[in-house]
Amino acid sequence: MMPEQINVQTDKTPRNGGGISRMVRECRPFIWGAKVCRAYGLQGRSITVAIPYLWMLLLFMAPFLIVLKVSFSEIRIAIPPYAPLFQFIDNSYIQITLQLKNYAMLFKDALYVNSYLSSLKIATISTIVTLAIGYPIAYAMARAPKTWRLTLLMLVILPFWTSFLIRVYAWIAILKPEGFLNMVLIWAGVIDKPLIILHTDWAVYIGIVYSYLPFMILPLYANLEKMDFSLLEAASDLGCPPGKTFWKITFPLSMPGVIAGCFLVFIPAVGEFVIPDLLGGSSTLMIGKTLWTEFFSNRDWPLSSAVAVVLLLLLVVPIVWFQRYQARRNIVDVV
Amino acid sequence: MKKFTTFNKLSIILGFSFLYIPIILLVIYSFNESRLVTVWAGFSTKWYGELLQNQGIVGAAVITLKVAFLASTLATILGTMAGFAMARFGHFRGRTLFNGMIYAPLVMPEVITGLSLLLMFVAISFNRGMWTITLAHTTFAMCYVAVVIQSRLTSFDRSIEEAAMDLGCTPLKTFFVITLPIIMPAVVSGWLLSFTLSLDDLVIASFTTGPGATTLPMKIYSMVRLGVTPEINAVSTIMVGLVASGVVVASFLHKRSEARIAKAEVMAGNAP
Repeated sequence: MMPEQINVQTDKTPRNGGGISRMVRECRPFIWGAKVCRAYGLQGRSITVAIPYLWMLLLFMAPFLIVLKVSFSEIRIAIPPYAPLFQFIDNSYIQITLQLKNYAMLFKDALYVNSYLSSLKIATISTIVTLAIGYPIAYAMARAPKTWRLTLLMLVILPFWTSFLIRVYAWIAILKPEGFLNMVLIWAGVIDKPLIILHTDWAVYIGIVYSYLPFMILPLYANLEKMDFSLLEAASDLGCPPGKTFWKITFPLSMPGVIAGCFLVFIPAVGEFVIPDLLGGSSTLMIGKTLWTEFFSNRDWPLSSAVAVVLLLLLVVPIVWFQRYQARRNIVDVV
Repeated sequence: MKKFTTFNKLSIILGFSFLYIPIILLVIYSFNESRLVTVWAGFSTKWYGELLQNQGIVGAAVITLKVAFLASTLATILGTMAGFAMARFGHFRGRTLFNGMIYAPLVMPEVITGLSLLLMFVAISFNRGMWTITLAHTTFAMCYVAVVIQSRLTSFDRSIEEAAMDLGCTPLKTFFVITLPIIMPAVVSGWLLSFTLSLDDLVIASFTTGPGATTLPMKIYSMVRLGVTPEINAVSTIMVGLVASGVVVASFLHKRSEARIAKAEVMAGNAP
């Protein structure tokens, strides 16, 4: 099963040259390391898997189980602010109290149902708009002269690396009633009194489209760049009009990029907190914001855990589907 | 023949203006004399001076840099191990769960990751503060590193490693002497990515922090809620400048090292 073997011959190499003896000395610690591990029945291979595995189990898997547990418990005024699920009674048997009322609350109170629905609506519309804006950009990048492409790619990646918070903040100064957008529009004579955009759903759409545009462009570009443009020539030689060529050939061929881009925008957009909080108004309902308020303002930990569990259930189908098909290649292209 | 039409040009110009105008306006108005962010009153660097006087911001910046440095270093080590395991070990027990745990944080809403980590730290009564933020950031950053490393290793010429092992090199030594130097650019970009992810994170840090540990994004967030001020523009400009120069330098180094590797490979191939 183990392809690795320790070969002591390295140790016995004649030490005639300074270079070789240095190399031998350098590899000593590695050999000792391997020997120590073997002595304890540990093999390099299992250690390499075990450490990150344990880390993720402890800091990713276990926390989820705790969220699940807390979502079934009752709020109480204490530290931590939830009642224990298991209680030992007379040291002989365990009493398990499962509270379903947090979940019942999610369906009874219109706030939560509306938050989920409105998150899904905002994320869907933003994803479609991002695709409509991102596609022409990615397409143009793929057709740009080779010498420009790296620079253009870099210019798309740069905003992806700069702080999300700062990029959202930049829009406040633009969308304010006395902000840049209204200044320009009034100066150009398009409108005569300022548009109210900030603190409405419009600002949330603009914020999501702006922030997630690189996530759409990068997988699309990676896909379109590899496309064989001679297919398009063949189509046009055979008399296919450009519009039809696009819908019959280019778009279907770029489908993997389209799917990857849409999921990279849609999934994080559903749970978005910063954008609806800073750009949206009090009437903007998004589930990330509702969860935050429930947790930090109302300090209802069990209810916010239930909100998280249901949000995760909503996203689990697209996440798993996305992972199976696209995640690997396209996230790598993004990075 | 590829045609680069006027429509293509137009979409590039409009698209990039959309991406960059907000950032450019933000940078320009950080040098504004006036306190009003939308009224230009002359060039001044006074907001940068005031920034240095602001103990809250400076303290937050120090904590953020510490957390980012620790988390990205840990994440790079763990992520490289995970990426190596995913690329090389074929099927091992629990592989599906492992893959799932590595990919899930990449798309998981941050509010869920933050909430779950906080509940766990509370459940084991771990003292919350700088260390809990570091642990949280390490966890989600290592997934990004793992994916970067895995993709680098799949396009890796394994015959070099096999040659080393045939000549009696142990797997561990082969990794450090052969594999690691070759994948170094990917490791460095993984580290940089983790660093900026940690530098930017507001949501997870807000959940997992404790008394006394305020990171820069948390500080900026609380200032933004009170209104737009030139100080925020100034601190944002510094952050954007740092990240931008980091990315440019990294991609330059990356290109150079790739050129060197390509040259070495050509030479090795042509050698008698």
